[in-house]
Order: sequence, then structure tokens, then C-alpha cells
Amino acid sequence: MPAPIIKVDAISKSFGSFKVLDGLSMQVMPGEKLALIGPSGSGKTTILRILMTLEKIDGGHIQVDGEQLYHMERNGQLLPADERHLARMRQKIGMVFQLFNLFPHKCVMDNVTLAPMLTKRVARAAAEKRAMELLDMVGLADKAKAMPAQLSGGQKQRVAIARALALSPKIMLFDEVTSALDPELVEEVLNVMRKLAAETDMTMLLVTHEMGFAHDFADRVLFFDRGRIVEEGKPDEIFRHPKQERTQSFLKKIIAAGHRV
Amino acid sequence: MDWDWNFVWEIMPTLIQGVKITILATVLGSILAAIVGLGIALARRSENRFVARGVGWFAEFIRGTPLLVQLYFIFYVLPDIGILLPPLVAGVIGLGLHYGTYTAEVYRAGIDNVPRGQWEAAKACNLNGRHTWTHIILPQAIPPMIPALANYFIAMFKETPLLSAITVLELMNQAKSVANTYYRYIEPMTLVGAFFLVISLCSVVLLRWLEHRYGRIER
Repeated sequence: MPAPIIKVDAISKSFGSFKVLDGLSMQVMPGEKLALIGPSGSGKTTILRILMTLEKIDGGHIQVDGEQLYHMERNGQLLPADERHLARMRQKIGMVFQLFNLFPHKCVMDNVTLAPMLTKRVARAAAEKRAMELLDMVGLADKAKAMPAQLSGGQKQRVAIARALALSPKIMLFDEVTSALDPELVEEVLNVMRKLAAETDMTMLLVTHEMGFAHDFADRVLFFDRGRIVEEGKPDEIFRHPKQERTQSFLKKIIAAGHRV
Repeated sequence: MDWDWNFVWEIMPTLIQGVKITILATVLGSILAAIVGLGIALARRSENRFVARGVGWFAEFIRGTPLLVQLYFIFYVLPDIGILLPPLVAGVIGLGLHYGTYTAEVYRAGIDNVPRGQWEAAKACNLNGRHTWTHIILPQAIPPMIPALANYFIAMFKETPLLSAITVLELMNQAKSVANTYYRYIEPMTLVGAFFLVISLCSVVLLRWLEHRYGRIER
């Protein structure tokens, strides 16, 4: 059995007096597709942000691809990670945001090529060739010269996916990537993610309220509540036969709100 | 008291010399203020508390004292500790420092207006601090603040007569010297006002255009 690519061990994190993660532990296998579901404030987005090093942790350890994320091993001692270590670890991880966060002053092509050219010193021609492949993959090859403001939400999000992929991460984090989209634009983004899941062996972690998509997409579903994983299992187990009472009531509310499962 | 056109034409070359110096001082002062302001704004965001606090106090101190006093210090007091500056250089440093503390606030607002998501996207793209500033944050922060910066530069332009106090031969000083030579004040002082008015009005037109061109950013 291969080693886990992500090992989260007893992570705690508070915002002021609000404990958003309460000794969270979880493991993710290489290539696994994981859906993180749960009520808002349950910590599912926070753990993604922690994996992307956008938040600091209060306690615990995280291993990514066999190395400590927030610590460095020096002479057998664990020290807090410095910026260089974090930068090296970030190469393994890409993230797509709820609000796209495209660089509005740069065209689609430059959004995708900027990071490879700056962080990996890829030559412009090579970066643009790779960007065109990625834009083609997300169905936006004809928008390479467009500015983000000229794109629809769904198109922006697909560019954001291409931008994250351009750095060839081993792990991709998707934080409610369809929540800000008009309903008719959701499917085009989900299609790209299905394609990505089918064509690559990347590890993918997905925070979502699209339960139907989570069911079809994920190998495993984690149900978060109050900073802990309350229940986890195969999509069918969680969605059809949830064992925990809190999972049941959450799914009931979601279905009542009109989300399909 | 009557207006003497012959006198006007006689003193015009001298005044135009003064206008040139006034414009030169404004342009150099603006460039220095733009750089000093950016430096102050960045230093105040520094994670090093001593740097952030120290620069903050320094900016408060400069803002809280009159430009004229600062000019006197730079030109007449610094030589006591061996720093002897030509009048124009002292004047440009005074203007640049003084207005730099104001433009720093413009930069601060402009930088704060860049959404947090842009910082996060830059981090997710693994850009380092320098690349994040130069490729992501400043290119978005600076265009919307160009009108506000230009406003300060126009205000600075109208304060350049203060430089006459430290013997810079700018417009006001030239006008004063011809007035004192011929004992006629109405033409030189009227012309000084007219020069400032014309240049200010042109600047306001330019400012409107800048606001139109850079005032907004499409997201």
C-alpha cells in the first residue's frame, strides 16, 4: 500500500475565540478524489486554505508528499518552516478559489503563463505552448487574448483551473468553485473537473455544496462539523446511508434547500 | 496706478526663467514624492515593527510641521552639521519629503483596495514577495490612485513659491526681485498669479483626463 500524500495530524486553528479546527486529522492517498462537505463554519474551507499555506496553524502537523509542510527537519529537530521551505512545498499544491481571483490586469494567456515564467523560469514560448494546451483542455483556447472582465463567471473559473494546472501540482484544491456562479454556468466548470479527474492521476480535494457532483466525483466523502470529521466513507454510504445523526440532518437540510443528491 | 505693457514685456524673460525653475522643482519634487511615498507605504507594512513604527512616526512628524520650517532646516540648519545643499536641491528634497508623506497615504489606500483574493492567488501561484508586489499588487493599486497623486502634485506646484524663502530663483523669487528693483509690484505679481492660474487650469484638464483614463479598474 502506498504512503498517503497528505497526512493531517491533530491540526487546531482558531479565529479569535472561534475554534474552527479542533484537532483535525485526516489522510489522503495519492490520486484520491476527496469531497469535503458540511455546514458553513465547519472548517472544510479552512483546512484547504491551511494546505495552501494561506492560514497559519495553531497546533499539529501536516505532511505533504512525505515532507512536513509547516515545519522543517534540521538535525533531527522540527523547526517552524521558513519562507523558502514553504515556497518549495507550495509547488506541490495548486488551488482554485470560489471567487476565481484571476489577475484582472492581465489577459487570459498571461494569467496562465505568469507563474511558470516567474517561479520556474520557463521560457515564454514554452509557457505559452503549455498554456494553450491547458486552455484548450478547459475549452477556452479562443479566449487567450481576452481580459478577465470580458469573461463569464464560468469562463473565469475555467481559466483559474488552467492557471493552477500550469504549475503541474500533485495536489489540486477546489474551494467551492461553483458557489459564485450563475446556475447555468455551473455545469461547464464541473465538466472540466470531471475531465481532469478522468485524464490525470492528480490528487484532488474538493469543498462543495454540489452534493450530486460530490457523489459522482469523489472516491471518498468527508463530512465536517464543528472543526472535526464526523463521518467519512464512500459517496454511497454517506449520501444514501449516513450513520451519524448530524450527517443525516445536514443532508436533509441540503435536500430541502433544493440541492439534488 | 496704471498697467504698463512695456514693463510687462521687459520683465517677461526673467519671469519665464522663473517659471522654468518652478516647473523643474515641481516635476523633480513630484518624482521624489512618488518614490518617497511608495517607500513609506511599503515600510509601514513591514513585518519588522521597528521599521513600521519608526517610519510611521517620521511621516507623522513631517506632516505635522510646516513645509516652510522644513525648508529652512534643510537649507539653513543642515550646513551646521556639514550638509551643504544647493538651493534647488534643498527645495526639491523638502517638497519631495513633505508631499511624500501625503502620497504615502494615497499608496496605502490604493494597496488596501486590492482585494485579499489577489494576495492569495499570488501565493497559490507560488509567487515570492517581490513578484507579488511588482506583478500583481502594484500594477492594480497604482492606476486608480494616479488622479489622487496628480492632485497632490498640483497642490505642490502651488506651494513652490515657498522655495523663494531659501533663495531658489523660481517664479515668485524672480518676480519679487524685479518688483524690488523697479518698485512696481502690480505687473510682476499679477503675472505670477496668471502663470500659476494658466498652468493649474491645464493641470486640472490633465487631471480630469487621468481620472477618466485610470480612475477605475475592470474586474
